[in-house]
Amino acid sequence: MITINNLSKSYNGVTVLNLEGFEIPRGQSFGLVGNNGAGKTTLFSCLLDLIQPSSGYIENGGVKVHESEDWKTHTASFIDETFLIGYLTPEEYFYFIGDLRGENKADVDALLATFEDFFNDEIIGKRKYLRDLSKGNQKKVGIVATLIGKPDVIILDEPFANLDPTTQIRLKGIIKQMAIDKEVTVLVSSHDLQHVTEVCERIVVLEKGELVKDIITSPATLKELEAYFAGNEVITEA
Amino acid sequence: MVKQFISLEWKAFFRSASFQTNLALKILMIFGVLMMILYLGGAGVGLYFLLEKMDLEPFATVNMFMIYYVVGDLIIRYMGQKMPVVNIKPLLLLPFKKTKIVKFALGKTVLSFWNWMHAFFFIPFSIVLITQDFNPLGVLVWHIAMFCFIYANNFINVFLNDKLWLVIGVGALFALLGAAQYYEYFDITAFTQPFFQGLYETKWTVIFPIALLAVVATIAFKYFLARLYLDAGLAKKVSEASGGDLGWLDRFGKQSTFLKNDIRLIMRNKRSKTTVFMSIMFLFYGLLFFGDAIEVYSGPFWMMFAAVFVSGGFLFSFGQFVPSWDSAYYPLMMTQNIAYKEYLKSKWLLVVITTLISAILCIPYVYFGVDVLLAIIVGAIFNMGINAHLVLLGGAFIKTPIDLQSGKKAFGDKSSFNLKTLFVSLPKMLGPMALYAIGHFTVGPMLGYALVAIVGLIGFAFRDKVFNQIIKIYKSEKYKTLEAYKQTK
Repeated sequence: MITINNLSKSYNGVTVLNLEGFEIPRGQSFGLVGNNGAGKTTLFSCLLDLIQPSSGYIENGGVKVHESEDWKTHTASFIDETFLIGYLTPEEYFYFIGDLRGENKADVDALLATFEDFFNDEIIGKRKYLRDLSKGNQKKVGIVATLIGKPDVIILDEPFANLDPTTQIRLKGIIKQMAIDKEVTVLVSSHDLQHVTEVCERIVVLEKGELVKDIITSPATLKELEAYFAGNEVITEA
Repeated sequence: MVKQFISLEWKAFFRSASFQTNLALKILMIFGVLMMILYLGGAGVGLYFLLEKMDLEPFATVNMFMIYYVVGDLIIRYMGQKMPVVNIKPLLLLPFKKTKIVKFALGKTVLSFWNWMHAFFFIPFSIVLITQDFNPLGVLVWHIAMFCFIYANNFINVFLNDKLWLVIGVGALFALLGAAQYYEYFDITAFTQPFFQGLYETKWTVIFPIALLAVVATIAFKYFLARLYLDAGLAKKVSEASGGDLGWLDRFGKQSTFLKNDIRLIMRNKRSKTTVFMSIMFLFYGLLFFGDAIEVYSGPFWMMFAAVFVSGGFLFSFGQFVPSWDSAYYPLMMTQNIAYKEYLKSKWLLVVITTLISAILCIPYVYFGVDVLLAIIVGAIFNMGINAHLVLLGGAFIKTPIDLQSGKKAFGDKSSFNLKTLFVSLPKMLGPMALYAIGHFTVGPMLGYALVAIVGLIGFAFRDKVFNQIIKIYKSEKYKTLEAYKQTK
């Protein structure tokens, strides 16, 4: 589904991302972990053609993202609050995204109805603007909006940050559900090793822009990651 | 402690993004300030003699209009003067007395240009009065009283913040009073003039303005102090969503998605509301020209200039900043499957419809003659046919992010209506002026009008060509624009 080819990005001679390349097959749930400055958001931004790579390219659904805009029809993303329109209410925002993705009001309403629990009665029908919602609630809106229009690729940057414990657990449920669906490719970045090992089939670790680990998740993965980030890596039998 | 405050302010001022605007703009701003000082100073020196020449009693006449001066100052301040917000939040936890923070913040407003610019009028005027054998002590008392009023306005503005309707109400009331006075129905100055005059004649009455100043300063102080909590004055205002679902816009087909958004953008954000307010003011701009109020402006092509201006207020002030209005969520727009053409068309539709509405609202100008109305109509056609595209084209190059929530900046800073915007707009005025002049001086006014209208109509045919050009710019400038919009304020 997504292929990364010799991708690098540098600012004023400082390389912030340098990947030889890998492929994310259709239907995989893919986790990206790394400390601050590891290049997670940079990678996602390149993937969404928000910044231009210094070299190499990314293919999404068979098209190079910086050459054609066809990937936009099947890709949905929530990176940060610049993906929200502050002066709209959540409903208006969902309908707006729905309009852009060719879903009518009824489709959107049907989808929203399945997230009643997730919204915890704080989002729908409150007549509040998005800019006035708390960070956590804004995030909920952004995440659910990515599901409108049944996209094939969903990209979420730090989806667990700022969420309360109940919502984190529910969000894990949602992402796991998507992981079961073999049509949907989910890309998630996180600082929370436990969450990410729980929901992702494959985990890639970045450090200072380089790929340092590419693991298929197993029960031992969490330990391995914790050891790695603690700085005293133990050799695990492969 | 005050030293630290001042050093904070110093850094805030010189490190702010708006300070680091380009040099040309800074020069323009300084130029504007100098012009203002020159005007006020000129008025201060010359007004007395001018009024004398007009066979009016100068001092009494000034006192007569003083009420309008004071109220006008308050309204202009409301729109232009910024609230004295030092970076308060981080200071709350530090061992300062809160009263000290408030005193400093209010003290800062005292030094504002909005106050001392009046000195350029009042000081020379007072000196002239003394040279004209007015009682020096009386003049001094009067002078002090006037500054009490100016400073009272300064403090009233502090707690008037966000009471837009009150200000519009007061403005409208005084506009009506002014009209009533002009048509001799009712003269409010009959009551206020003796008071202002009395400050000179009966010196002890100066205690009233001084008391007023003391009272409003105290209110401003208490108002500020009471709101120095995170959940009060420093809190973000949470407002209830307004406006229906705008379903009636669906008739515009594909554009309705964006049109709905744009209308919500305009209705729900301070900055855009200020823009609308400005364009309403533009509607009255014609009075200066058509009403023969200013002699220089009565030349034939000046009429064309005004005609383009009155219907184009919104077009210029809104269109100039497409797509910057969407800067806050530009990454969203760039990752969604958006057809640029629909996006542009919706903005275009918006400016064209508002131009049409403005032109209709201008129909009362027929009072000044049918030719004035004709000029406005062809001006509007030109605006819709040519300027609507040109403005959108210009906007594609402007990469200044717009902070939708700050209304107060609509005058001063570079990202909004200002001298620069005005200069960019000028060529769009000169076009129709030149066309009209060609017709006017060869055959007559009718050919002038016809030329402007025809060129405007031809412009419609090129709409899609210009759109394609704009789309090309949007695409080629995408990364730069995203980068630029990231820099807030």
